[in-house]
Amino acid sequence: MSMYKMAVIGDKDSILGFKSLGVATYPVTGEEEVPRVLNRVTREKYAVVCITENAAQQVTAQLEELNQKMLPAVLLIPNNQGTLGLGMEQIRKNAEKAIGADILFGKEGSQL
Amino acid sequence: MEIQINPTRMELNRLKGRLTMAQRGHKLLKDKRDELMRKFLELIRENKDLRISVEEKLSRSFANFLLAQAVMSGETMEEAIMFPQARVELDVEEKNLMSVRVPQFIQQHQEDESGNVYPYGFANTSAELDTSIAALAEVLPQVIKLAEVEKAVSLLADEIDKTRRRVNALEHVLIPQLISTIKYISMKLDEAERSSLVRLMKIKDIVRGEEVG
Repeated sequence: MSMYKMAVIGDKDSILGFKSLGVATYPVTGEEEVPRVLNRVTREKYAVVCITENAAQQVTAQLEELNQKMLPAVLLIPNNQGTLGLGMEQIRKNAEKAIGADILFGKEGSQL
Repeated sequence: MEIQINPTRMELNRLKGRLTMAQRGHKLLKDKRDELMRKFLELIRENKDLRISVEEKLSRSFANFLLAQAVMSGETMEEAIMFPQARVELDVEEKNLMSVRVPQFIQQHQEDESGNVYPYGFANTSAELDTSIAALAEVLPQVIKLAEVEKAVSLLADEIDKTRRRVNALEHVLIPQLISTIKYISMKLDEAERSSLVRLMKIKDIVRGEEVG
């Protein structure tokens, strides 16, 4: 079985550290670049693609689509400015979709 | 609401068959949904805790990285991490969770013997960079684990949504429809039976009347 790789997409300053660990880095500078870079990354053999929340905001529709597939697993990570809470938002959405109520962050009273 | 159909005994039997089938399917799907839900609840809590810890650790590493960038010149920095020592390679296995295929990532370690994560010598680099990269190397397995769990959670959420729709369609549309149609046919059939009985009695009366007269 051939190996899969791991990639990081985001602004250069945030993702440079990953490069030293041997993760493939795809720095993006402008907003328009993100969809193109993501496209290129998804065509290659990456199993895990980390994308900074800032960059992810430009490609929400594309990410939605990727979420339905088994590979690659797209992971929202905070950038060096801190988190925007989008990753948590994703978890909350998933919970709501499956259960119909927000059990993790909402009121404990609505627990099923 | 009824399905438009001829009220015959044949149709009645066919519908009864469909009803038992639908009820069996409904029960199975409901069991499936419950089991998916149980797995989902387990995973989503793990997902949440893991994400909190990963985000915190990443932020800390980024903070150190910023410091390192402030201390070192851009070129030295790029030069230092230009050629990574290790390569992250992942083995992907499929796991079957209630017929939802979720990936499992296994990280293949390819560091050199010393277990050294730094791709550079210590001469030209600052200590902040070391801390940052060490911290990053430490979170990496957790990041991969998080990717795996989050993927499973989102796939499960989709499947639960789908299953719930099916259960509801069976419970609130198909099964009531079948039941009311079955009722309609059996009433029609009873009615036909009664009317033929009455007709026979009437004919008998007429025949008897003629015999007497």
